Amino acid sequence: MISPDADLLLEIVDLHARVEDQPILKGVNLRIRAGEIHAVMGRNGSGKSTLSKVLAGHPAYTVTGGSVRFRGADLLDLDPEQRARIGLFLGFQYPVEIPGVSNLEFLRVATNARRGELGREELDTFAFEDVVRERLTVVQMDPAFLERSVNEGFSGGEKKRNEILQMALLEPVVAILDETDSGLDIDALRIVAGGVNQLATAENATLLITHYQRLLDVITPDFVHVMAAGRILRTGGKELALELEERGYDWVDQELAVLEAV
Amino acid sequence: MVVSSTRSPLAEASPWADRLLERLPSPAGALAAVQGRGREALARQSLPNRRQEDWRFTDLAPLTALDPAALALVADGQGLAQLADCPAPAAGTVRLWLDGLSDPLAGQFLPAGLSRLTPEQLDQDLGHSLACCGSEQHWPVEFNQATARHCLALRVSGCVAETLELVAVADQQHTLLPVRVLLVLEENANLKVLQVQLGSGSSLSSLVVEAQLGQGAELLHGLLALGEGGACFLGHLAVEQASGSRFRSVAASRGWALFRFEPRISQVDGAAQTELLGLQLVEGPQVADTHSQVRFLGPDGALEQVHKAIADGRGRSVFDGAVSVPRLAQRTNANQISRNLLLSDQARIDTKPQLEIVADEVRCTHGATVSRLQADQLFYLQSRGIDAATAARLLKRGFCQEVLGKLPAAAAVWQPLQRLLAEA
Repeated sequence: MISPDADLLLEIVDLHARVEDQPILKGVNLRIRAGEIHAVMGRNGSGKSTLSKVLAGHPAYTVTGGSVRFRGADLLDLDPEQRARIGLFLGFQYPVEIPGVSNLEFLRVATNARRGELGREELDTFAFEDVVRERLTVVQMDPAFLERSVNEGFSGGEKKRNEILQMALLEPVVAILDETDSGLDIDALRIVAGGVNQLATAENATLLITHYQRLLDVITPDFVHVMAAGRILRTGGKELALELEERGYDWVDQELAVLEAV
Repeated sequence: MVVSSTRSPLAEASPWADRLLERLPSPAGALAAVQGRGREALARQSLPNRRQEDWRFTDLAPLTALDPAALALVADGQGLAQLADCPAPAAGTVRLWLDGLSDPLAGQFLPAGLSRLTPEQLDQDLGHSLACCGSEQHWPVEFNQATARHCLALRVSGCVAETLELVAVADQQHTLLPVRVLLVLEENANLKVLQVQLGSGSSLSSLVVEAQLGQGAELLHGLLALGEGGACFLGHLAVEQASGSRFRSVAASRGWALFRFEPRISQVDGAAQTELLGLQLVEGPQVADTHSQVRFLGPDGALEQVHKAIADGRGRSVFDGAVSVPRLAQRTNANQISRNLLLSDQARIDTKPQLEIVADEVRCTHGATVSRLQADQLFYLQSRGIDAATAARLLKRGFCQEVLGKLPAAAAVWQPLQRLLAEA
């Protein structure tokens, strides 16, 4: 599916960011084209989750240098909601519980925000129910979850399914999935991964943030990036993930030590 | 009768109450004796003030800003205008209009299970729950007694299928609207009541509700209190629960210059269930104050209490939740939480649990939180394309819904969420 001529969707150049006074990202470079699936792997603290949050516009992080272009436009200039509307999606590692807000209403308001950007008409409650019921099948989710409060009392697997359901409704251009495999048993992992695979097309792209190879057994990446100390240390094909699985992350530390000694 | 002449020379002057009392018509009707006593009591008492612990955080300025020489009960035979834009009652609802003066049951068909108290029963039961809850001589109660000319007094037997909806509207300038209700639930009786109190202009609404719950009886009491402008509300709820009874109070308010609500519950033999839910919204210069008091006078009682407030603008919210668990109330299970959203730098929230626990084998929890809207929740919604203002609105709705969802179903026609959040 990958082609060097495909549209460049996301271009990250020398991105630096900090949280409070702590620099986390120290020069990230990444180019993602339409039709590609990328995986960013790395140890805890390597900066991979920070990368996802900075891209989504989390207010706790401050960009201190570099640029991010989303289909040519300056992404960092936009509010989080504007980024979402133009088609950037972040699947949360820990989806947030919102008591008292019905999941169905939340999904409808979010879907309509994206539809407005795409120039499509808003869906009323009835029309939306039809759409959402059809999309539920992507993640084999029980309709009963629509009536509950957003993520409240959902199990880990249910929360992740709800994330992929949102992705299915919002039809993002670039989906960043932060540790989507964490906390999932093998059946839930297959369902969630199946959803992601169904939603991947030649027009969009997926960026998987993960610690483990096991997600990549079910979603095959075109590119694997290894992140350490706030940078992408090495980029390769899916075999790089297997190498990591086999050799662990120690060799990354060694490479990093060499790099930092220079 | 000149009431002010009965004032003892030692009393602190309360010119505001005096001026109001002077202009009240003479005591009359079934409550004449009660009115007389109430007026004497008011003449003796000073207005509550912030030197009293019970009123420490509550500024009565909005009350005294009302002109006592202008406040007046509705005239005989005139009745309060029934709201033109009032929604039709929900199916299975019996709506009564209360004006504190006339008999709301006149010409009204009462559903099975409800009957009027006879004058003898009224004599016997009126004031019983107030005494049981230590509410006698409490200023807002005396004020109601001094002014209310009619009490809706009902006996409840068996399970009443219909919801009783009591609507009181003070929408004229300077209206004084005292509402009094007495409910006597026999053993295993079951009733749902929704009280809707609307106030605008420079009006004063006073509410006293007494309820006696026999063994195994169940009462759901909803209060939807919506004010605007300079309108003030003083509400008092005195409930005595026999063992095996269940009582739930759900009170939601917004918009009053001054809102004070005082649910007081006594579990006379313990072993009953009490659930208290409150939600109050303040903005501008408004004050909303809930002072609750729950007493367990026997073992094995249970309380679940959630009080919520949203304070914006220069609004001020007060919550004081007293729970008394004496030695004889072993195995009491009481949980109280106060959750508050503080949405402006000038708003203020005072919240205070007051647990007096003497019994040693009990489970009592309490907690209070005051926060802005949760940043992680806001970001989650924004990351789905929802703008910050809409996200904040959704979160506020969610915050309110936890309480509003427990109102009697009949409340839905009043669109409590939209009205509370002033949404179109």
